[in-house]
Amino acid sequence: MADERRGGGGGRGGRGGARGASAEKGPGQRRTLFRRRKVCKFCAEKIDYIDYKDVRMLMPFVPDRGKILPRRISGVCAPHQRALQTAIKRARQLALVPYVVD
Amino acid sequence: MSTSRQYELVYIVSPDASEQEVTDLHAQVEAIIARIGGELVKSENWGRRKMAYEIGPHKEGHYVLELINGNGELMKELERRLRVSEKILRYLVVRVDEELRAAERTRSRRKVRTGPPAGEGDRSGMDNDGGDDRYESEA
Repeated sequence: MADERRGGGGGRGGRGGARGASAEKGPGQRRTLFRRRKVCKFCAEKIDYIDYKDVRMLMPFVPDRGKILPRRISGVCAPHQRALQTAIKRARQLALVPYVVD
Repeated sequence: MSTSRQYELVYIVSPDASEQEVTDLHAQVEAIIARIGGELVKSENWGRRKMAYEIGPHKEGHYVLELINGNGELMKELERRLRVSEKILRYLVVRVDEELRAAERTRSRRKVRTGPPAGEGDRSGMDNDGGDDRYESEA
C-alpha cells in the first residue's frame, strides 16, 4: 500500500505529493519532508548479475544486525531484491556475510 | 558431453593448513576434473580472510574459487571429495551458466533498446514482454 502511493507520487512529481499530504493528517505531512524518490540501485547502475562473491556490493543491504534490508527501505525493485536475497544467502553460507550479529 | 554446465566452486580451507596443503587441494580438484572430464576455466586464490562468523574454532579461512565446466557427475564426485577432506571447513557449489546467460540477455536487450532508433514502437513492445518473462522465471 505504502509502496504504491510512493510510486504514484514519484511519477506525478511534487504536486501530487503535496496534495496528498494536505489531505492526510499531521504525521503524513511530516513524512513528505523526508520522503525521497527512491530508485533501485541495481537498475540505476545497470547491474544485471548480483554476485554473491562481491561482499562490498552486498554489505549496504545487510545492516548491523545482519538481517537483509527490506526493499521498502532500500527502494530496490522486486526482481533485483529477489536476486539480492539469493546472493546474500549464498554469501552467508561462505561466511562472507553474517547470519546474525548480536 | 552434451550436458556441459558451468559451476562455481568456492571452498574454505582451514587456516591451520599450510600453503602447500592449499595447493595440494587445488591439484586434487584439477586431477578429478581431468579424470572425469571437464574443464577448469578459472581459478582464484583469495588467500586468508576473516570470516563473518566462526566456523568451529576458526575465525579466518583460506578461500579458493574454481570456475568449472562439466556435468553433474563431476560435481558430485568433487563434492564427495571435499566433504571427506578434513582441511575443508566449508564449500559451496553454484551452477552459474543460466544466471550468467540471463544477465547477458538483459544486457543485450538493453543495448537493442538504446541502440537503433528505427522501429522503436515494435521493439519496445517486444522488450516489455521479454522483461515480464524474465521476472516470472526468476521468481
